[in-house]
Amino acid sequence: MHIDAWAQAVIKDAQLRGLSELAPLLDGLVRATQTLRQADWNESAERTDRQDATAAKDPK
Amino acid sequence: MTPALCLRMITDLAPQLESGEISARELTDACLERIARRNPDLNAFIAVDEDGARAVASRTDDEIAAGRYRGPLHGIPISVKDLIDVKGLPTTAASKIRPKTPAARDAPIVANLRAAGAIVLGKCNLHEFAFGTTGEDSAFGPTRNPHDTSRSPGGSSGGSAVAVATGMSYGSVGTDTGGSIRIPSAACGTVGLKPGFGELPCDGVIPLSRSLDHVGPLARSVVDAWLLYQAMGGQEPRIPPETNPRGALRLGVPRRHFLDHIDPNVRGRFNDALGLLSAAGVTTTDVDVPHASEIASVYLHIVLPEAMTYHSRTLDSRPEDYTPGVRLRLEMGRYVLAEDYLRAQRGREVLRREITAAMTNCAALVLPTLAIPPPPFGVESIAVGGLNDSVRSVTLRLTQAFNLTGHPAISVPCGNTPDDLPCGLQLVGHINQTIELLTVARRVETTIRPV
Repeated sequence: MHIDAWAQAVIKDAQLRGLSELAPLLDGLVRATQTLRQADWNESAERTDRQDATAAKDPK
Repeated sequence: MTPALCLRMITDLAPQLESGEISARELTDACLERIARRNPDLNAFIAVDEDGARAVASRTDDEIAAGRYRGPLHGIPISVKDLIDVKGLPTTAASKIRPKTPAARDAPIVANLRAAGAIVLGKCNLHEFAFGTTGEDSAFGPTRNPHDTSRSPGGSSGGSAVAVATGMSYGSVGTDTGGSIRIPSAACGTVGLKPGFGELPCDGVIPLSRSLDHVGPLARSVVDAWLLYQAMGGQEPRIPPETNPRGALRLGVPRRHFLDHIDPNVRGRFNDALGLLSAAGVTTTDVDVPHASEIASVYLHIVLPEAMTYHSRTLDSRPEDYTPGVRLRLEMGRYVLAEDYLRAQRGREVLRREITAAMTNCAALVLPTLAIPPPPFGVESIAVGGLNDSVRSVTLRLTQAFNLTGHPAISVPCGNTPDDLPCGLQLVGHINQTIELLTVARRVETTIRPV
């Protein structure tokens, strides 16, 4: 689900259920979800290098 | 000066119990007296089984007198977080949701401790259903920090840490899903061990997040925690032999992300500890966890839906019976999509590999346990090192990664702030090497104790 549509839907649902206090927590969840989706380990069907994105990078 | 009887170490008491110099009944009475005196203010215990504990103590003394001494936990009074089944007492989880029916049997970890001779005094207060790090949300009222009663003892195993810190019990059994043993240990000045994932059985323990939950001991020293850990796993507890205090030891310091936003007083105690370790011949080296900035996002997308799944029926039928803060956090779990839960599981594997790689040439990682001193009650957010964040996020910041990855981790006291509030030093061991971590922690504890 696209993140904008999802964010609107969850905030609307919380309001419909009388849980307006959830709004600031859901704002934090939306930001966390954006971070999660932008992480470079996520797989993509467009990738051509077949690199295992979960391989550990060299620690310093 | 000899500490009060109820404040002594298990390793110190064990030989005297074996020889009959002191009795299990004396230790039990000392703890019960301390509970009667301090629990009204600190609220560490939800239930105290005075008669049961005294009866077991008397039988214990008879056994020892008859030559049937079982080992260093025989006759030692302990407490158990009230998330864990103890036969004959209700498991309240500090919530109105739970029935008042007594548990029919002990959780295996409790049964193992009893088999080793430990005496269960009662059940300790916690953040409701272990879903919080301050201890504020409990159907039985908040537990208070003995160093400053206007402050949190940390959580969720706050009652356990307070009980151990104040002499109400010699050790305690806690649970840790994002730091719930280590955070209160740091906040109260005790030792808290989160073993590796799956090492100790969570049967008979109310789950918070089944893929993140761990059980472990809280104690006043590393070796006391070690004894409790051995017994919880069904092993015969033995006081381990001393190791070479000058042998080669290298610790990794994950500075980026983990040390970016730390209270100045906590940073000061941490640096003092590193200085003492260096003076004692311990080498430290900076290491990096490349995706550390994604830890909180990964954690949130796993803990929320896993917690909500367990509570979904009662959230529908009795939402008003949860404390407001815990109810809201559980409700958030309804909104996490399956695709994001799976992204988080992939991120978890990345983090596991990166932390393992960061430790390649080190015996353990070393970092503070808690980025701030124990927070005052009623505070929602806090500014640390230029970053304003929720108290929950700040308190979980340095511990939650190792619940995701399953590495064993331990918090040991490393001195106090100028306001006399405790700080904790966290050591993280290699996967499946909890004993090796305890060996390192024992040496570190001995070295930094003067801090």
